[in-house]
Amino acid sequence: MTTLLETRALEAFYGDFQALFGVDVTVGEGETVALIGANGAGKSTFLRAITGLLPAKGQKVSFDGQEIAGLPADRIHKAGLAMVPEGRRLFPSLTVEENLLIGASGGRKGPWSLAKVYDLFPDLVAKKNNPGTALSGGQQQMVAIGRALMSNPRLLLCDEISLGLAPKVIKDIYEAVPRIREGGTSILVVEQDVGQAMAVASRVYCFMEGRVTLSGPPGELTRAEIAAAYFGTKTDEEAA
Amino acid sequence: MVWVNAIVQGVLLGGLYALFAAGLSLMFGVMRFVNLAHGDFIVTAAYLMLALVTGFGIHPAFAVLFVLMALASAGYLNQRILLNRVLGADLLPPVLVTFGLSIIIQNALLEVFSADSRRLNAGWLDTASFRLSEDISIGALPLLMFVAAVGVIAAMQFIFYRTALGRMLRATSDDPEIVPLMGGNNAHIFAIATLIASVVVGIAGIFLAMKTNFDPAAGPARLLFAFEAVIIGGLGSLWGTLLGGVILGVAQTIGAQIDAGYQILAGHLVFLAILVARPRGLLPKM
Amino acid sequence: MTVTTPTMPAQRTNRIALALRLLLGLVTVALALAPVWAGRADLRLLMEVLSFLALAQMWNLLAGYSGLISIGQQAFVGLGGYLFFALAMFAGVPLLAALPLAALLTALVALPTGWIAFRLQGAYFAIGTWVIAEVFRLSAAQIGALGGGSGISLPVDLARSLAESRGAREVVMYYIAFALGLVSVLLVWMLLRSRWGLALTAIRDSEPAAEAVGVATRKVKFLIYVLTAGVTGLVGGFIFLQKLRITPEAAFSINDWTAFVIFIVVIGGIGTIEGPIIGVIVFFALREVAADWGTWYLIGMGAIAIAVMLIDKRGIWGAVKARYGLSILPVGRVLDAAPPAKPD
Ligand SMILES: Nc1ncnc2c1ncn2[C@@H]1O[C@H](COP(=O)(O)OP(=O)(O)OP(=O)(O)O)[C@@H](O)[C@H]1O
Ligand SMILES: [Mg+2]
Repeated sequence: MTTLLETRALEAFYGDFQALFGVDVTVGEGETVALIGANGAGKSTFLRAITGLLPAKGQKVSFDGQEIAGLPADRIHKAGLAMVPEGRRLFPSLTVEENLLIGASGGRKGPWSLAKVYDLFPDLVAKKNNPGTALSGGQQQMVAIGRALMSNPRLLLCDEISLGLAPKVIKDIYEAVPRIREGGTSILVVEQDVGQAMAVASRVYCFMEGRVTLSGPPGELTRAEIAAAYFGTKTDEEAA
Repeated sequence: MVWVNAIVQGVLLGGLYALFAAGLSLMFGVMRFVNLAHGDFIVTAAYLMLALVTGFGIHPAFAVLFVLMALASAGYLNQRILLNRVLGADLLPPVLVTFGLSIIIQNALLEVFSADSRRLNAGWLDTASFRLSEDISIGALPLLMFVAAVGVIAAMQFIFYRTALGRMLRATSDDPEIVPLMGGNNAHIFAIATLIASVVVGIAGIFLAMKTNFDPAAGPARLLFAFEAVIIGGLGSLWGTLLGGVILGVAQTIGAQIDAGYQILAGHLVFLAILVARPRGLLPKM
Repeated sequence: MTVTTPTMPAQRTNRIALALRLLLGLVTVALALAPVWAGRADLRLLMEVLSFLALAQMWNLLAGYSGLISIGQQAFVGLGGYLFFALAMFAGVPLLAALPLAALLTALVALPTGWIAFRLQGAYFAIGTWVIAEVFRLSAAQIGALGGGSGISLPVDLARSLAESRGAREVVMYYIAFALGLVSVLLVWMLLRSRWGLALTAIRDSEPAAEAVGVATRKVKFLIYVLTAGVTGLVGGFIFLQKLRITPEAAFSINDWTAFVIFIVVIGGIGTIEGPIIGVIVFFALREVAADWGTWYLIGMGAIAIAVMLIDKRGIWGAVKARYGLSILPVGRVLDAAPPAKPD
């Protein structure tokens, strides 16, 4: 398996506050990888750092054989890295279809098109002329995913796409994952729901306080290990 | 009848004010940026047109083309090099930088063109008119101005709502932070918005040059008219801006009909009255 | 933004602050004695400096602390001037009483203008204040009793009521200017040391945060707007008492009463009490050197204002303060750690 994304000792800062301390993560071609971790562990920060939303100048992030750390976010996007941001962030004054179309602004060629996205999420067809924000939470999430797919990414980053959604809706959305992978896109999901992460991913990284505390294929990790990596060592106390 | 005439002339004058205002409205819409030197850029365009036509004897059609191209490139570069640096949550830097620009431009114009008030001779456009009745006739130039204003606003509306560029501009207006995740470059998008606004400023300046006397200090008043049209119309609405321009124009011509000294004052007072009655303007979008 | 830690040992910082405070005290004493040592021309220059210091302190209070960027303060300078003339000439109010009365009336007029201007936010507020100033200017030009567009002069015998000899009049006027300069600094200083100071510094540092902890930001800002209008009107009354003649163009000049004042505050250091003091010195020093350059002088000022915004928007004193933790007129609290409070 060839490596698609690789970070080496990645650090990230908000002003003087350090949010990531030497994070090593790799995603292979065709893989689905999950990042788990408690609130504030640094998962979103990790995504922001690799997409260029947070400055990562002088660091080591290689993507598709290219060094992307420090590039402006729009250049990284054009290299084939797309993100579904935390909280969906649809553009309120754009319709559903316009939200999708704007995802294709980078001009990358590939399997994804408006028709393909509507095929993946048929619910959106009837809503295509509605403002993006007039949809249900699940449908908004579909638009956000579709918008990212429209750029025909090599790697799709999804930040907590199940947050605040009903179990049935979460199931619908995760059903799209295999079909996205079929198109040749690798996936990195951030999930707070550990069960969901274990079910979908071939490898899991657990973050805590800006560091990777555990990683490996779901089958090889025990519940106790995960709990320890997730909450810190004092598992009993934290679980209470 | 003089009142009807005042209203008709006021509506046409409103076209010019809408042209003053459209660029301001666009820049505020896309990047919440207010350029206090807006009026001075309009006056600069007027001087540029005047210098090209009367100074260098260039054919007016080429002069128009040149003015618009010069304004477009100056607008793009100004945004990329200077204004983008001061965009942000803190209001002080953009206000001060553009206020400083305003002072620089006024004094530079004074240095180059002297304080004399000037006007561009528009030839037959100045004199031709259509007679509607005994007391009402419509000048060709005011009519052209109004048609141009409607055309400019329709074009901006089309760009904004029907093109990929417009989609990007609206998205940037909504949430600039994640636009890079769509492959957009904010610095470039902002500069494109300013480029479009500057072309409109150029058109406004060319009409200003033909319509009235102007001097290097004429910019601030143009900024105020533009601002009033935007607020009367409602933030974010381009057709509202046209309506705002028309209301301001009518208020001024009616004021002038009462007493020549009341023209500008009447415009300001109507603006303040509308601000009190409808703080969000007549056709608010935001 | 990075948090700048003082790079000098605290002891040395304290010694420098003490020295500067001493200097400020000496300058104040020297100014208090100026009629003794200064010639007539110097005295006039000092009056102007002190008037601008007062205007700058007010604009700084408005923009630097309350976040209200006004480019229409000439409205209140002119209004104060015209009200002063009207009270003195038509209502027969003694000159020294007409000044504070004009200030009070100016503050009253600021109630409705503020009510209107506060409907606009941010940069649009700035332009709105300018429109209001234009309304005042155009209206003044329409009032025949006040001379209309050509303005009006204060009759000589009225000016004489201040003092019989010209020399004595200038001394009286100088002390008015001295009081204006001193009071403006002390007013801002005391305001910041009072419970209002907490609210104001909270608004300056972050308005949403101030609101979140219960500062009634709108009310505070409105009161500051009215207060600064009153003091600005007082200074306006004095400026035209000194000039003895008022015209709409001079009274409501945006260049003289707002652009220059903004320049002073910004170059000196907005949001600090010391900033306007330093700015006024820089401004008049620059003017002495470059006023003959005409348009180039103004172009240079515009360029300097832009440069300050691009290089360090905190201005001279703001940069010094951040770097060395210096404060000549301490407001008695560590700004960033202060829990903002609600004024009554
Ligand atoms: N804009 C910001 N400015 C300052 N600190 C921030 C900012 N965003 C996040 N942080 C801090 O960085 C750390 C990591 O935050 P991050 O958002 O990456 O966590 P997360 O793992 O995505 O959490 P969640 O599950 O809540 O989304 C936290 O301590 C957070 O408080
Ligand atoms: Mg997160």
